Amino acid sequence: MKELYINARGMQCPGPIMQLHKTLKDAEPDTEVVIEVTDSGFKKDVQAWCKKTKNELVSLNEEDGVIIAKIKKKS
Amino acid sequence: MKKTIIVFSGDMDKVMAAFIIANGAAAMGDEVSMFFTFWGLNALRKAKKVKVRKNFIEKLFGWMMPRGAEKLPLSKMNFAGMGKQMMKMIMKKKNVNSLPELIEMARDMGVKILACSMSMDVMGIKKEELIDGVEIAGVATYLGEADEANVNLFI
Repeated sequence: MKELYINARGMQCPGPIMQLHKTLKDAEPDTEVVIEVTDSGFKKDVQAWCKKTKNELVSLNEEDGVIIAKIKKKS
Repeated sequence: MKKTIIVFSGDMDKVMAAFIIANGAAAMGDEVSMFFTFWGLNALRKAKKVKVRKNFIEKLFGWMMPRGAEKLPLSKMNFAGMGKQMMKMIMKKKNVNSLPELIEMARDMGVKILACSMSMDVMGIKKEELIDGVEIAGVATYLGEADEANVNLFI
């Protein structure tokens, strides 16, 4: 299974969710993507994004101000 | 589900908020229509002067209003443009997308950009003066779009 990576560190809202959208738009179902974000709003945003776009939030962690989310494409 | 945004304001900060919401909604997989009217139209003007036929009043209007997204003032603390420059500097440092970048992103994302024909007529703004990809429409078009939307903002 393919795993993609997005470095969205330093990017401000709405940059990170736009990157997610672009990356997963043309990806195969079940593709996993790991995104690293420093925008503190992203922790809630990624949950809202996944819920709305019906993708699966596999994991969500924060280390030293960096939010790391793993998302699996479902829709 | 579709979102519609009426952009009435020609203030940089307010138009930025409109485009951030529009881009965010597009990234959530929603269709977005933005309807630009009155001062909001200035955000869609090309930065370069375009040669078009205008009467005296229209020329005056065109000269007094900001030409394009780069020129819009801040709604608060503009201080004759100094406040705006400072805000732009800070935003750049903090890696916030500029308004022209946000507009470009919105066009990439397929956000529909509509310009109000009546305001264009009142303010003497011609289609040639607006950035590419803008559709000209009236209130019925906006209402038709709003009927299909579950969020509608007036900014």
